[in-house]
Amino acid sequence: MNRIELTRNPFLKSALKSRYPQLAVFIVMLIGYIFAILAGLIGTPVGSHNFSIVFVWIAWWAILILVAVPFFGRGWCAVCPIPLPGEWLQRGAVLAPPDKKPKWLNLRVPKMFRNIWMQNISFLLLALFSSVLLTTPNMTGIVLAGMLFAAIGLSMIFERRAFCRYLCPVGGFIGIYSQTAPIELRIKEKQICVTCEGKPCYNGSSAGYGCPWDVFPGGLTKNTYCGLCMECIRTCPHDNIAVNLRPFSADLAKPSTRIDEAFKAFIMLGSAMIYAAVLLGPWGTFKDAAYTVGTSAWFLYALLFLTIICGILPGFFALGILRTNSHTPIKQRFTSLSTALIPLGLMFWVAFSLSFVLTNASYIIAALSDPLGLGWNLFGTANAVWQPMLTTLLGPAQTLALVGGLIWSTRTAQKAASEVNVSSILVITYCFILTSIMLWLLL
Amino acid sequence: MKRTELFSRTLILFGIVLAVAMPLYFWNQTPLIHARIADDGGWNPDVIRAEAGKPLHLRLISDDVMHGFAVGQMDIDTVDVEPGKVTDITLTFDKPGIYTFYCTRWCGLNHWRMRGTIEVRGASSAEEIPSSIPLYVTLDLDIDALHDSPVIPSTRPSAINGQQSAMNLDIARISTSDFYKSHSPYQAFEELDSLPLTDSEKWDVVSVIWKSNTSTESLSDGKKLFAQNCAACHGENGAGDGVFADDLAAAGKDSMQTMNGAMKMSMQTPVDFTDPTRMLGSSPALLQGKVLRGGMGTGMPMWGSIFTEDQIWNLIAYLYSFQFEYEK
Repeated sequence: MNRIELTRNPFLKSALKSRYPQLAVFIVMLIGYIFAILAGLIGTPVGSHNFSIVFVWIAWWAILILVAVPFFGRGWCAVCPIPLPGEWLQRGAVLAPPDKKPKWLNLRVPKMFRNIWMQNISFLLLALFSSVLLTTPNMTGIVLAGMLFAAIGLSMIFERRAFCRYLCPVGGFIGIYSQTAPIELRIKEKQICVTCEGKPCYNGSSAGYGCPWDVFPGGLTKNTYCGLCMECIRTCPHDNIAVNLRPFSADLAKPSTRIDEAFKAFIMLGSAMIYAAVLLGPWGTFKDAAYTVGTSAWFLYALLFLTIICGILPGFFALGILRTNSHTPIKQRFTSLSTALIPLGLMFWVAFSLSFVLTNASYIIAALSDPLGLGWNLFGTANAVWQPMLTTLLGPAQTLALVGGLIWSTRTAQKAASEVNVSSILVITYCFILTSIMLWLLL
Repeated sequence: MKRTELFSRTLILFGIVLAVAMPLYFWNQTPLIHARIADDGGWNPDVIRAEAGKPLHLRLISDDVMHGFAVGQMDIDTVDVEPGKVTDITLTFDKPGIYTFYCTRWCGLNHWRMRGTIEVRGASSAEEIPSSIPLYVTLDLDIDALHDSPVIPSTRPSAINGQQSAMNLDIARISTSDFYKSHSPYQAFEELDSLPLTDSEKWDVVSVIWKSNTSTESLSDGKKLFAQNCAACHGENGAGDGVFADDLAAAGKDSMQTMNGAMKMSMQTPVDFTDPTRMLGSSPALLQGKVLRGGMGTGMPMWGSIFTEDQIWNLIAYLYSFQFEYEK
């Protein structure tokens, strides 16, 4: 497959090798993140006028799901401020070359946790409380602060970025969807890595730190666990690391073999559908149940939520897989064919996000001038009136996203099916049914 | 330590301190009066202090739904208090005293509990008007007792129909303001007992007397006050079927406060002003007592600190329009 090596551009390469541009972005992002925590805790409790809600759940989410993930994969992880304080404390430095003496406990994450099951659970936990979280600044502030402290705590105990790799509720789905992105970080020549002494890209050197994501770049075949931190570009003594532009969906040609990743695909697919029904649908009972955390109605909602995501969706998929004839083990068929759900899930999220982002984007203008809801008017836009944007384009854009997602997943299903020697028709039918439901929910 | 490392650490530290200190500083420097539905705390703060004759600048913000702000017994325009948006208002008090500020929007079932006080100190810059004792107190009325009318008209009494009869009668004694305020329509009806009129004609004359003690402007003011403050419970047409009526009935005792257990309050269905038995047995003085003091233990709030005396009489005049036909 054709690739264009972006790091051939000397300007881009020097910008990625240098720590300063990234540090400048990090500092801005960290200040913004801390400000979002404080805004959530001390600003107006009215979500639509609070920086934490408007900039995290509307602006950031729009950028993440509509731009960063589809076009840059883990591009967000490259600038995410959450792991930074922990990482700096762990290293005992911001820029200085790594000290060989390990800081803090520097333990290896136990093998049973070296997967994305914890990320699946953390996402589900947040998703169950999302109606409150997305509308209550206080809760958003607490969750943002909680993630920051969790990342610091894990950095003190474990080596590298344990939080990003194994716990971050966002990192899990960014990882599986980053396989569809047209950007990748890969080695140029495998043989160079094989013969490279000391593997500084993984173990670190005086030029930089070993991969914070616990990945050996020489073995990278997918974007899933590469956080695009660019550390390996700095440490590789052979200039053997490249950032490439590539066709969309390139990683999906190699189907997944992991059950935790397969479940992540179902979790994302199902939660997009449930959000579309609960947050955008006309059913007040669902909304009330999702919002009244702790009540019996909420427990019923939670039960339904988990049953659909962890039982019904994978259950029907598994039933379909059971009907296929192949000598390939059922688990391998299940994980491989679930790869088809990755582009579909991404486009479900794009379609869902278009709806509430375009509806609520005008809040960003007002919140810019009065981020805490204290009556400021910093840029003269505090009194900007709420106005849904591009409403005439919303329906067609959502339809395009969903139909495009179905076609994309169909192509992926065909490739994945051929890898495990089964027919793709049942998976395509499954995707078609879910797309039809999503179209009905959104349009 | 390298200079670049030191510079980076300093920059990060400065950025973090800035990100924490700036919002906290400005938050601390921006005192706001927060409005929340009464169940979540109402006004915060709910006691404000001011100096007589000096402007009091208030910044109001709602933390949940749309609220309104007004100060009782002051001639100011009410302002809306929108969720997440700051509303500025400046008040100047001519004389010291304790003023009540309150929500003017039907924000929830306990909307009327959203009240606070402004304690104004200093010297008065306005002419002192001695406060009068309310009429219902002077008359020693038991405003909690039943005052039903034993007789009610078969049709709605009409001031238009009664105009001609009234012109031919000597009703000056029972048409005075003092008589009107201290007597119920039924008592006026009884005063007409000796006259050669049918019951229906007598009720028409009573409605003429009641109309003569008000004016178009008073009725208009009363109607406006009723719509803003009473209709939520008593209904737009006074039938006791306002938007909160069902909720009040459903909420029952649980929705009501108790005062150290000494007085249990039991929610009652809002009064139906279209019920002739009740209204024709009630004098304006009795209604004044109900409005001023509130229906103790019934959920009816007290309005004495909110409405002026004139406003209360205007409101009462309007309440009788649910019984009497004043115009076609």
